[in-house]
Amino acid sequence: MNALLVICGLGFVSLLAEIANFKKLLTVLVILALAAAVVLVVLDWNTSQSLYHDMVVFDNFALGFTGLLCLVTLGWYWMTRDFFENHPHQSDRLALVVFALAGGIIMVSFNNMAMLFLGIEILSISLYVLAGSNKASLLSNEAAFKYFLMGSFATGFLLMGIALVYGATGSFDITKISAHVASHADSLPRFFHAGVLLIFVGMTFKISAVPFHFWAPDVYEGSPTPVTAFMSTVVKTAALAAFFRMFASCFASVEASYHIVLQVIIVLTLVVANVTAVYQGSVKRILAYSSVAHVGYILLAIMSSGSAASGVLFYYMASYSVASIAAFAVLQAVELSSGSTGVDAFNGLYHRNPFLAVVMTIAILSLAGIPPLAGFFGKYLVFAQALQHGYLPFVILGVLTSLIGIYYYFKVLIAMYRAEKEGPRPDKYSTVLLVLLVAAILALGIFPDHVIGLLRL
Amino acid sequence: MIPIDYYLWLSATLFTIGVLGVLYRRNAIIVFMCIELMLNAVNLVMVAFSNYMNDAAGQVFVFFIMAVAAAEVAVGLAILIMMYRITRTTDINILNRLKW
Repeated sequence: MNALLVICGLGFVSLLAEIANFKKLLTVLVILALAAAVVLVVLDWNTSQSLYHDMVVFDNFALGFTGLLCLVTLGWYWMTRDFFENHPHQSDRLALVVFALAGGIIMVSFNNMAMLFLGIEILSISLYVLAGSNKASLLSNEAAFKYFLMGSFATGFLLMGIALVYGATGSFDITKISAHVASHADSLPRFFHAGVLLIFVGMTFKISAVPFHFWAPDVYEGSPTPVTAFMSTVVKTAALAAFFRMFASCFASVEASYHIVLQVIIVLTLVVANVTAVYQGSVKRILAYSSVAHVGYILLAIMSSGSAASGVLFYYMASYSVASIAAFAVLQAVELSSGSTGVDAFNGLYHRNPFLAVVMTIAILSLAGIPPLAGFFGKYLVFAQALQHGYLPFVILGVLTSLIGIYYYFKVLIAMYRAEKEGPRPDKYSTVLLVLLVAAILALGIFPDHVIGLLRL
Repeated sequence: MIPIDYYLWLSATLFTIGVLGVLYRRNAIIVFMCIELMLNAVNLVMVAFSNYMNDAAGQVFVFFIMAVAAAEVAVGLAILIMMYRITRTTDINILNRLKW
């Protein structure tokens, strides 16, 4: 809870920075506040607080994800300082990012549908603006507009679902709803199941699972690269944690009403996202499709082991976010020097800047799931859990689509190690950050137990 | 008292009109209005249930939805104006530069 207050406070402070004229201090303030939030999470660990008449509950699950979101935002901010510093709208952009983070924290800690709705909206509305923050570019505008249309369309479905569930159970509180559902399992009206399905559709829009993913690659490509990095790490983590809280705990007892839909969505997500990614010519779009594909693996974990999947979910999101931030940091450096995000821009990167090429290699191998990197253990845990619960066909499909994944990830790798030596040399990046990220990828891969164990029930 | 089913069918109809409008209309302003129609259909269900069950929570939620929808539309219109400055049209078919 304290972390959320600190983050909200930081949002207001950065809004005031423009008026009170202390913009120069903002970078320090952001880093201090995010670090303070992480420290507060650590201090609050193992104290399950429920606040404001159970509107939000900060149990270990919420605290863990709050800490992860703050840490990832910290790394992200480090990587994208150019996006803020010396920009005329520095403080506004920063405030939007910080409020989006606050929305994300509400989404991982909600215990009431009202808070879920508010969290999603605080996050989304900030992001609509951020996606269009490159005002002169039509692509950025188009991304913002598409994101806005799809986001508010999905919110409509989500709200209708919430309204119907409220009508059937008489409460917005998810613990009361799950108690009511468990005690009245036979007498639930039909529109309750319609409501659950509508919430399901609204949430799958937000986590961008196929077939509700079509906005994601476009929005990811059109938005400025720093915003894309934020969307595919922080936002994705928050949305998946909210999905988990909703469906693995609250609606776990009525799984029958959406089980088949979930299975179809998993199969589609794994196949469509991985196959489409093969045909992409832009690294940004490849990363966008890979983020959609990762949703498929996480959904497989959620489907197979329900609420016991929290540790795996946490580990998977942590390893995925760290690798993504590293990949996006390299992509941003390449984009700044060559002005393009195409695979061609990476041709011969190894000869022009070996350090960046090696970082990108490690990040991409982790995303592809090659041992001993973090991504491998994420996928391994997902498959192990699915096997334990008898989802063998899904595991076979998952392994096959991972192989397709390796194919398109290697397109980037092969381009980097081509013999072309001419071309711009990327130089705008932070060596320390990249070294830290690579160390985190290796550490997560070598000591996975410590992270998974954090959320073990 | 009017049975709750009537409210449900009415708002289901409104919601469907909204969804179809978003899917079929090509003018961005009309698409906005259709999204608002979806949200208002939700408001109607909430208020109907709230009254039916004598529980104020549903009506409070409606206030949240109204406030958030207003904020959302403000941002949406701002984005639309930004688009209009570049493309001079509100037709959403123009949004085809980003494609797979």
